[in-house]
Amino acid sequence: MAVITYRQALHDTLREEMLRDEDVFLIGEEIGVFEGSYKITAGLLKEFGEKRVRDTPIAEEGFVGAAVGAAMLGLRPVVELMTINFSLIALDQIVNHAAKIYGMFGGQTSVPMVLRTPGGGGQQLGATHSQNIELYYAFVPGLKVVAPSTPADAKALLLASIRDDDPVLFLENLSLYNTKGEVPDVVEPAEIGKAKVTREGTDITVIGYSRMAMVAQQVAEELHAEEGINAEVVDLRSLRPLDRQTIVDSVRKTGCAVVAEDDWLTYGIGAEIAASISDGAFDYLDAPVRRVAAAEVPLPYAKPLERAALPSAESLTTAIHQTLDAVGRRR
Amino acid sequence: MAQTATRSKPSTRSTAKRRSSGVRGSNRGRFTGESPELLQDYFREMTLIRRFEERAAQGYTQAKIGGYCHLNLGEEATVVGLMRALRKTDLLFTNYREHGYAIAKGIEPGRVMAELYGRTTGTSKGWGGSMHMFDVESGLLGGYGIVGGQIPLATGAALAIDYRSGDQVVMCQMGDGTTNIGAFHEALNIAALWNLPVVFVVVNNQLGMGTTVDKSSAEPELFKRAAAYKMPGERVDGNDVLAVRDAATRLVEQARNGGGPALLECVSERLKGHSVVDPAKYRSEESVAKAKAADPVLAFRAQLIEAGVLDEDSAAEIERQAQAEADAAVAFADDSPHPDPSTLFDYTYATPVANDSRRLPADPVF
Repeated sequence: MAVITYRQALHDTLREEMLRDEDVFLIGEEIGVFEGSYKITAGLLKEFGEKRVRDTPIAEEGFVGAAVGAAMLGLRPVVELMTINFSLIALDQIVNHAAKIYGMFGGQTSVPMVLRTPGGGGQQLGATHSQNIELYYAFVPGLKVVAPSTPADAKALLLASIRDDDPVLFLENLSLYNTKGEVPDVVEPAEIGKAKVTREGTDITVIGYSRMAMVAQQVAEELHAEEGINAEVVDLRSLRPLDRQTIVDSVRKTGCAVVAEDDWLTYGIGAEIAASISDGAFDYLDAPVRRVAAAEVPLPYAKPLERAALPSAESLTTAIHQTLDAVGRRR
Repeated sequence: MAQTATRSKPSTRSTAKRRSSGVRGSNRGRFTGESPELLQDYFREMTLIRRFEERAAQGYTQAKIGGYCHLNLGEEATVVGLMRALRKTDLLFTNYREHGYAIAKGIEPGRVMAELYGRTTGTSKGWGGSMHMFDVESGLLGGYGIVGGQIPLATGAALAIDYRSGDQVVMCQMGDGTTNIGAFHEALNIAALWNLPVVFVVVNNQLGMGTTVDKSSAEPELFKRAAAYKMPGERVDGNDVLAVRDAATRLVEQARNGGGPALLECVSERLKGHSVVDPAKYRSEESVAKAKAADPVLAFRAQLIEAGVLDEDSAAEIERQAQAEADAAVAFADDSPHPDPSTLFDYTYATPVANDSRRLPADPVF
């Protein structure tokens, strides 16, 4: 068991999968000579050559579409989109083509492609480079959307995504790349569509994904150490398919829930989870489901403004306190 | 049509030794070196597509076909000429106007009609309809409904062939309106950068729905756009099946032999509206008359008779057979089963996943 960064886990997995399967190749902007904007692909061009580590022009619709076409013929492209913000330029190829080709041709060909892309705010990148727009993709049947929060999960989910026969949007978060965690020597591919209870508890359920799953875990540990609150934490890991059952089972146990998400509140992923809890655990609820989400503004550049706009450990702690107060469970 | 005669007249770039229109009385010697059987076969296939599309239009007015229905009427010479340049193993990506291509690429007309009827025996088992036909065996890798969406896909398929050092070529068909889409430029640039085996074909029927090519393209001679991507660009008379075949064959074989991508423009005429429901009121009488006069099926028939390749009786026999085949396609489609609603969730994911929602509209979530 080694302790490595999220970045290293992604890099190692790409390399191992390329060694394992000739059909796996990398394609994207600046992934070769530049070694990746976030250095996930460092050294891979040197090791595998231009055929398998393919630098592209700045033309997202063109190269994402080319990856879809190559995947239709059985190759396994792993696309790096420099940031999820640029995926909007390739939206037609992702939503109209990658997601639909298996269905609209009656299952005759699938699109075994992975779109790796970082998102998230907190780096003072301004409105167009700080978005959490995973919802746009999680909305679409035919796509799979995964969002690992730990190095071990990054590896398990990337293995699963590369070996999956469908298009998978693999969501990374800029603030996670340098986080460290234990990764077993042998990692099995994760089961896409399964959430994980990362902390067992009885007082309240806290649900998050990607960065906010990490924040939820930290907050839960702190609340336990400092106040004796025993929170259960659910890391969604997969936004489509969504594991409603694990969420509902947890809320049936604890009787209340807070959802933590980096995206905007209105119509957000938290809204879907709150609705699922209402559908599956209404009779068990002792308080309304609270949602912690980003302020509904284009994310500002100035540091104090950006900090105020994003959910944090503090805002999540406040929401948990408020919910526990409402059910009279705060000690 | 606002287009000038000079503009719509095909350049002689690739048809230098061939007349660019089927003017009667001048066709002796035109078919020198061509096998009469092959010429008859082209006529047979063009006629079959014509009859098929007439039956498709009929099926639409009878409400047996839903959605949109874009016909190849008037483009049969282009369709057949292009497909004869491909091997069976070569791959084809088209836009939404693809019934004729499906047939000419080797799919049974019955399966094409069954797809229009939304039946399980259709090319996409009823999931695609008119715009989304697909058949691995004959190499049709899809009709695509989003203008320009197929171009990056075709480039990617060529990338896969190149990756595996295969000898297939990809042909990517599109209309004239497509050449103003970003995907066109991005994909041509990538195909040229990586020297991929793909031939882009613009069927320039001079109308993007109701907008003439000179109102939508700053350079209406679309083949010239190839120059920006350092690839060969050619323009050919789309009403001349042999000219289309020859130009396409040359570019396809060049791509097959490592020569990289090319852009072929086939100048054509649409006999009817953009789709079955479009009465084409935006067209002048003159434009429609010009299209009718250039009808490639009738022109080719006349040329073959004049050249002694066909006589009236054998031409009529071919037409009778084509009609029978189109009728049989309709009968096959009519007799085919509708998809069972219980199969609704069969094609969302190729790799089954945990917690995939299979909820019908009235089903509770829990």
